[in-house]
Amino acid sequence: MELKSLNKISDYVWEIPREGEMRVPGRIFASAELVGDFDDNVVKQIKNVAALPGIQQASMAMPDAHWGYGFPIGGVAAFDPEEDGVISMGGIGFDISCGVRTMRTGMRREEIAPYLGKLVDRLFAIVPAGMGSEGKIRLNPRQIDEVLTGGAQWAVSQGYGYKEDLRYIEEGGVMGGADPAQVSDTAKKRQFREVGTLGSGNHYLEIQYVAEVYDEKIAEELGLFRDDVVISVHCGSRALGHQIGTDYLKTLAEASRRYNIPVHERELVCAPLNSPEGRRYFSAVCAGINCALANRQVIAHLVREAFSDVIPRARISMLYDVSHNTCKVEEHPVGNKVKRLFIHRKGSTRAFGPGRKEIPEEYRAIGQPVLIGGTMGTCSYILVGTESGMKQAFGSACHGAGRAMSRTQAKKRWRGDVLLKELADKGIIIRAHSYSGAAEEAPGAYKDVTAVVDATHNAGLAKKVVMVKPMACIKG
Amino acid sequence: MEEAFENGAKAMFSVIADINAVKPSDREEVRCEAEDPEILFVEWLNSLLSAAHLSGELFCNFKVEITDHKLKGWAWGERLDQERHHVMTEVKAATYSMLKVGREGDIYIAQCIVDV
Repeated sequence: MELKSLNKISDYVWEIPREGEMRVPGRIFASAELVGDFDDNVVKQIKNVAALPGIQQASMAMPDAHWGYGFPIGGVAAFDPEEDGVISMGGIGFDISCGVRTMRTGMRREEIAPYLGKLVDRLFAIVPAGMGSEGKIRLNPRQIDEVLTGGAQWAVSQGYGYKEDLRYIEEGGVMGGADPAQVSDTAKKRQFREVGTLGSGNHYLEIQYVAEVYDEKIAEELGLFRDDVVISVHCGSRALGHQIGTDYLKTLAEASRRYNIPVHERELVCAPLNSPEGRRYFSAVCAGINCALANRQVIAHLVREAFSDVIPRARISMLYDVSHNTCKVEEHPVGNKVKRLFIHRKGSTRAFGPGRKEIPEEYRAIGQPVLIGGTMGTCSYILVGTESGMKQAFGSACHGAGRAMSRTQAKKRWRGDVLLKELADKGIIIRAHSYSGAAEEAPGAYKDVTAVVDATHNAGLAKKVVMVKPMACIKG
Repeated sequence: MEEAFENGAKAMFSVIADINAVKPSDREEVRCEAEDPEILFVEWLNSLLSAAHLSGELFCNFKVEITDHKLKGWAWGERLDQERHHVMTEVKAATYSMLKVGREGDIYIAQCIVDV
């Protein structure tokens, strides 16, 4: 897109001036190069979001922003219920609470290397992944309601992991405000066999090692040193989340009409936060978040099982768990008032700066860990939230590399089997349930995660701590 | 319009797998309604995704009847087989993005973007 249409605030912050029905300006956090590569539709979507009632400060886009459904993916917006603020489908998406969990293994790269092949095979065998895969857990209607109110806490109560794990999950592993009664029976039935499954698409489980350390002091606080091996899991609320999204599309389309909300793109359908429809959708979203938290907790348990089978001396401990498709109630200063706002983060990670009470005590002085997944075979990053990110973007950062090419384009360009061979030649073991799915996730189909993370760091949204590189990856 | 809806369903399942390899041995019935034909189209596609997921099947043939904003539809298919059906991508949902249902000349067009 043309940079000329934007006001440059700094090298990494750009403003879309208010015009037409925009209630607030748009704000893009990215380098000139990344902004130049943005699709024009991203700007259009930022403007459409800026026109929604009750929006605060600015309609924002993170450095990995790309054309999404209503909101850009990488979009952040805060709404005040006291100013007719809304909750919007487009700001949360279908994969509610999709996120990343990273765990330490207590082992170093050279210690794991001899067992790597066996370990990957074991993980591939016991972590269900791919389309149509089923978990080992079978739930009945009563139990699914417990998952939707209990989140990761439910999983721990069933013996999946330790109580200690919960401290390192956003919301302590359980999202308040969830109401299973607002989730349809179809959504619940679709999850009966899916708890503890990875899914497909861009979801993965990766064994990684710390390749670069940018801030040794903070890395030490996080218990990370060069060549340490960690495990990262990227997945979400599976079919239950998709069904909540689907069910509420129609409800919110009707609500947008009933309450006369100007919706400039249909996928932005929304309801006032202080309306029965808005409250119902929010309670369902919170239930979806709990489903995702339970899901990642069960997968973490399966990871522990695989390690104990292959390398019994490994000690898997939680680093942190973040969600990047959410709407959450948070307190933030706006002007000279502290407001209770509903923050939509669609493809954006919460990145709270030091001191926030939501961060576990051990990390409170350094800021919340921000886990940014790269693409298959490239690298991922761990950052921490900053005070400046709190002021600029309600404590939000990027979520990944962001697609640069559609899945169809990627499939035309790469062949899954050839790609996996190339990665194997680089020493990265990949196990995929679908070659075609692997081709869609080719590293070349994404923006350069390093450029995205550098822009996040330079814009002051979050601070780089370490970079990790993959040793092995399991794709859905 | 019914034919456009049937072909829309074929298009969506072709994103998921090679539907030519799917045998139409089982039948599922779905029902949905919406006053706006565009919203009805998305409801139809999403009802099919739920039905396919709950039955563990992939669909290849479709039949639609619409009366008074109410849709009654049937889908034929069989149990999903990763290998034989060349499964490509899971579709999360049909969305309102680029949604359009209407008549152009003497043909009906039904379109929307599916989230994968």
